[in-house]
Amino acid sequence: MARPLTLNASRRAFLGLAAGGAALAASGRGARAERLRTSARIVILGAGAGGTAMANRLANRLEGATITVVDARQQHWYQPGFTLIAAGLKPAGYAVSPTAGWLPRGVEWVPEHAAGLDPVAQTVTTTGGRVLAYDYLIVATGLTLDWDAIEGFSLDLVGRDGVSAHYAGPEYAELSWRELDRFTDRGGVGLFGRPATEMKCAGAPLKITFLAEDIARRKGNRDRVQLTYNAQNQTLFGVPIVHHRVRQLFDERGIAVRHDHVLKAIDPQRREATYATPEGDVTTAYDFINVIPPQRAPQVIRDSGLSWGDRWLDQGWIEVDRQTLRHLRYPNIFGLGDIAGVPKGKTAASVKWHQPVVEDHLVSELAGREGTATFNGYTSCPMITRIGRAMLIEFDYNDNLTPSFPGIIAPLEELWISWLMKEVALKPTYNAMLRGLA
Amino acid sequence: MKDLTFATLIAVWEEMFGQGVFWALVALAALITGLYLYVLIRDRAMSMRKFLWAQLSMPVGAIGAVWFVLAVTSSQLSDMGGPIDWLVLGGIAAVGAVGFAILVYVVQSLVRGPRDG
Repeated sequence: MARPLTLNASRRAFLGLAAGGAALAASGRGARAERLRTSARIVILGAGAGGTAMANRLANRLEGATITVVDARQQHWYQPGFTLIAAGLKPAGYAVSPTAGWLPRGVEWVPEHAAGLDPVAQTVTTTGGRVLAYDYLIVATGLTLDWDAIEGFSLDLVGRDGVSAHYAGPEYAELSWRELDRFTDRGGVGLFGRPATEMKCAGAPLKITFLAEDIARRKGNRDRVQLTYNAQNQTLFGVPIVHHRVRQLFDERGIAVRHDHVLKAIDPQRREATYATPEGDVTTAYDFINVIPPQRAPQVIRDSGLSWGDRWLDQGWIEVDRQTLRHLRYPNIFGLGDIAGVPKGKTAASVKWHQPVVEDHLVSELAGREGTATFNGYTSCPMITRIGRAMLIEFDYNDNLTPSFPGIIAPLEELWISWLMKEVALKPTYNAMLRGLA
Repeated sequence: MKDLTFATLIAVWEEMFGQGVFWALVALAALITGLYLYVLIRDRAMSMRKFLWAQLSMPVGAIGAVWFVLAVTSSQLSDMGGPIDWLVLGGIAAVGAVGFAILVYVVQSLVRGPRDG
């Protein structure tokens, strides 16, 4: 049976499963810690993957706390699905659900954006003018995509003249698929790449490149498309062993690589892209381009004084301890998900491992103890290398590979089971995480 | 999924199929298993003739299960990349074969009654 294997579990948990279901059954929902009585006021900024999961976890653990979630978005986006939409495998609706459906009872949702944040006064001001005082703040805003940083680009270009931008949202991912479909029908020059900032899911630009190659091959048009991946530095992936593996696969698939090329402008009329390189600007004509812009903390966070003062100055990720995710200057603030200024892992997989850590430290403090959970930088990237195959790459802060199923699922091998994880098991796991169950 | 517990597994399956469909499938599997036990107890013997038909139908169940999984996951047989893939695929085929064989046995027993043995 495939299903038990399609879960992203730790080795210990997996071996536990093999050892006997009875013991596992005993450690189920019923074993949850008793609810802690508290009158703490907790504000969660953001109802994305991190904020929603945290709201559910805290609502389960705490009795009497005032938990407020601030997020104006009515739609929750399952962002790991964007690549599948952009490859024509899923419709836009696959990644969309109502935000309200994920938030637990007993948690107040303020459907507005944060307009101001004062960590000294311990208040958040919303765009509607509400002032929310907090005892603890969980910053889970996610990041903003800085489309304006690409000169000549605007989102209304997506879906015509060879322009794709699946990071922009489910609808844009679907429009991007239409352009990719046209491109792989007609042939021409396809340009891919990534920004020089930190970014969410650093594997995604590589995945869409692999998929474009595969789709062209399936259509019998591989010899009519010329694919170039523009890397922002000398590597294709931050983990050296993965870089070498991707380089090898790109080589085998005939995908050209240009290093130190960062997209700075496009001219949609002439279909030309300009890249900043150490030798000066380079302009390349394209028939298809996938645009992924620089990524930064939202302005309200950058204005709040929570960001690092000596690194990521143009990006503004918040200054948290890399192990506990607690803010280094304001101990009643935690950073969760993409906003956290840690060296790795702006992915949903990291969020999954962030939230038990934040939960532990927050709930322990409310109980008068000190939390012990730590985050080791774990992140996971099901690197799709073609439709039907992927490499299940997991790693930590130290660039160590940390496979969940060592000896069973090889991380650097293109496997169908790894594809199954991305295609079938990831979304239910993600949804279970949103509900605070995984 | 820091800790894979039984409850987590159930939660994942509920999300995968939807709560209603998942529990309906569980109920269906339980019903067929229950009926299988019922006909065994009622007949007080395995009917070798029915068992033969059940066995002959196993490849159908195996192929059906593999086809279903490949279809819903946008995959094909050429995507099998390593031993674990073939093991998983074999597991899916085995579950499909056994499940279908039990179903065929139960249906024969219910339709034809205890005789024909």
